[in-house]
Amino acid sequence: MSDQSLYAAREPIFPRRVSGRFRNLKWGIMLVTLGIYYLTPWIRWDRGPSLPDQAVLVDLASRRFYFFWIEIWPHEFYFVAGLLIMAGLGLFLFTSALGRVWCGYACPQTVWTDLFILVERWIEGDRNARIRLHRADWSLRKWRLRISKWLVWLLIAVATGGAWVFYFTDAPQLMRDLLSLSAHPVAYITIAILTATTFVFGGFMREQICIYACPWPRIQAAMMDSDTITVAYRDWRGEPRGKGNVRKRDRAAAERAEREAQAAGPGQVRYSPTPYPNPRLQGAGTAKQAAERQDHGDCIDCMACVNVCPMGIDIREGQQMECITCALCIDACDDVMDRIGKPRGLIDYLALSDETAERGGAAPVPVWKHVLRPRTILYTALWSLIGFGLVYALFIRSDIELTVSPVRNPTFVVQSDGAIRNIYDVRLRNKTGEARQFHLSLTSDYILRISLEGTDDLSVSVPADTTVLQRVYVTARADDPAATAQRSDLRIWVEDLGSGDRAGRATTFNGREP
Amino acid sequence: MSDTKIDKETGVETTGHNWDGIEELNNPLPRWWLWTLYATIIWGVGYTIAYPAWPMLSGASAGLLGFSTRAQVAEDIATHDARNEALVADLVSADLAALAPADDLHRYAVARGASVFRAQCSQCHGSGAAGAKGYPNLLDDAWLWGGDVESIAYTINHGIRNETDPDARWSEMPAFAEILEDGEIDAVVEYVVSLSSQEYDAQLAEAGSAVFADNCAACHGDSAEGNRDLGAPALSDAIWLYGGDRETLKTTVRYARFGVMPAWGQRLSDADVNAVSVYVHSLGGGE
Ligand code: SF4
Ligand code: SF4
Repeated sequence: MSDQSLYAAREPIFPRRVSGRFRNLKWGIMLVTLGIYYLTPWIRWDRGPSLPDQAVLVDLASRRFYFFWIEIWPHEFYFVAGLLIMAGLGLFLFTSALGRVWCGYACPQTVWTDLFILVERWIEGDRNARIRLHRADWSLRKWRLRISKWLVWLLIAVATGGAWVFYFTDAPQLMRDLLSLSAHPVAYITIAILTATTFVFGGFMREQICIYACPWPRIQAAMMDSDTITVAYRDWRGEPRGKGNVRKRDRAAAERAEREAQAAGPGQVRYSPTPYPNPRLQGAGTAKQAAERQDHGDCIDCMACVNVCPMGIDIREGQQMECITCALCIDACDDVMDRIGKPRGLIDYLALSDETAERGGAAPVPVWKHVLRPRTILYTALWSLIGFGLVYALFIRSDIELTVSPVRNPTFVVQSDGAIRNIYDVRLRNKTGEARQFHLSLTSDYILRISLEGTDDLSVSVPADTTVLQRVYVTARADDPAATAQRSDLRIWVEDLGSGDRAGRATTFNGREP
Repeated sequence: MSDTKIDKETGVETTGHNWDGIEELNNPLPRWWLWTLYATIIWGVGYTIAYPAWPMLSGASAGLLGFSTRAQVAEDIATHDARNEALVADLVSADLAALAPADDLHRYAVARGASVFRAQCSQCHGSGAAGAKGYPNLLDDAWLWGGDVESIAYTINHGIRNETDPDARWSEMPAFAEILEDGEIDAVVEYVVSLSSQEYDAQLAEAGSAVFADNCAACHGDSAEGNRDLGAPALSDAIWLYGGDRETLKTTVRYARFGVMPAWGQRLSDADVNAVSVYVHSLGGGE
């Protein structure tokens, strides 16, 4: 269309080191989440002789999921569905209450990028050193630093892809196989793909993934409202910015005064740059400094908040799609405020609905008052409801189970004595660790006889942790009403004579009448 | 469309598309996206060269890697055949009657037999083995030639009333239209009807019983219980291959029936015959 380029190169971002409460929180979360991710497959759990002793195991081949003492079979997939719904609702809840906390603290993209930046800083130095290195010509030193950085990244990336595959099979065994190069090719391919994505996403693409590849920033805009807690700059307190750029400031102040004079009716509260009394400020500095503090805001335009931002944005420009609410700018600015003797919170977690009140000089509303809203309470209620439902389902499910599929090809068979026989495929599940002898029986209003294919008695032995498919015949004598009725009800029972566990399934019997 | 202008807030050019007053900014795409696009195009082209893809006059281009799903299937089949070799050898020499349902060999035989049945037998006997008019139901407990697994295997091997196998099961009922009077046929049919629990004319059946004793009892037995050595069906049970109503029975008596089954021993391997015998025996009617 014009001279504007259709494609833009990525602007490199060199986030500066920062310390503070949110940074510490993030380190803590990184430690815990990475710890869980890397260590979980190595937790052992005695599962008897035939299964790997792994506490968390996704056994794709035999379609079982083991989680400590919980064992999920394919027919119980509603547990997984329930957990996914809970994860979705949880994300809604957190987003409506606290904005993009997930993005800022727990999202793997953020966690690994943070880790990669840590490595980068450790090898190449902090922001200024990295900028210098970036601009420098390729020298031996630059090669050395770059290659060592990439090597450490690669190590982390391999470990990341490597940890993933351990969830799907016995970890120590797989580790031995991997090292002796005898593991299944799928394991190597999976590791290779995850290594490549971790390396590229965490090392080179970073914020580009959040901005261009992730759908969540778009969706979360719809999940937030003006009561949502988000990271914002109190421009009513910070502007006009200081730093002795008097002309610029004066011009800004003049413009601002004019705008406000137009906007504010009579009796409106005037903007006050430092609304909170700060004892440390009283009598500090010379009279000239004190006077100066009166005509500009608290922001000294030091750019600390911009320099630490992993997304490369300036939060003082207002809410932006790129902001992942990681709060590093809060830590950076709080540090600056401490040093110049101003109250913290120039950049802060706050709800946009408070702006007007705070502009008028009111104290900030506590975070919990924004978090506890009908909307978040509703999400929490729904979330807990599903959670309780799943826990309840987990406790009532039985160790023996059966499914009954009536054979409908043909619907019934006439025997030589005129009796009518129906066939059922009964699948018996034994979810206990030892082989069981299951006894089958039926109840119905009619005189129906049950018999099993391949055996003269009514018991089937089911090995530990397996299912057995058993053909079951149910016969109605020629003169029984069930033989001539179109359809009658019956229930097939399975009982473990040893433990007394019992389960039944209702089904129907097809008679001769169509 | 196309009234390009600069957005005042951001200083970015707009695309000129306008939806209810909302305009779209024309921000540049990231360059890596462009490179990714090129990479996928190169990948796509390479893929179609490496694998079969391009339509030619006869078939598709073969691809440099020589990949073929058909060859893969053949390989899979060969792997499975090799894995089952021992089972197949056992199955050929097995004493079928001695196979216990819990045996691996029995399980293998049933699974293999089921697939043979679906391919070869279901056309006549139905996919659920329930048969049809003229084609016996294999799920019930009535057998013309015996329902133990060895008799079933013999029937499958040699077939029924086919000229290709001298050992085929062979039974032939005379066409009584040339032997009996119409009245006698009516009477004997009434007698047969009386054997199954239907309404009948007692006087006529009485007359028929004499006709039966003279003409039919030799094969079907004195009390019409049938004779498996001759393949003569029992007429006193509830199962009719062609139907148990008077009209059908008259047709059967007048013209006789001549159902034919191929000798599968000539077409299938011994393992397949044994497997499908075990399968049929396991369906519920096996003795
Ligand atoms: S502006 Fe940057 S540093 Fe501040 S919360 Fe947003 S993403 Fe984090
Ligand atoms: S860190 Fe604080 S004082 Fe420094 S520029 Fe950012 S907002 Fe202003």
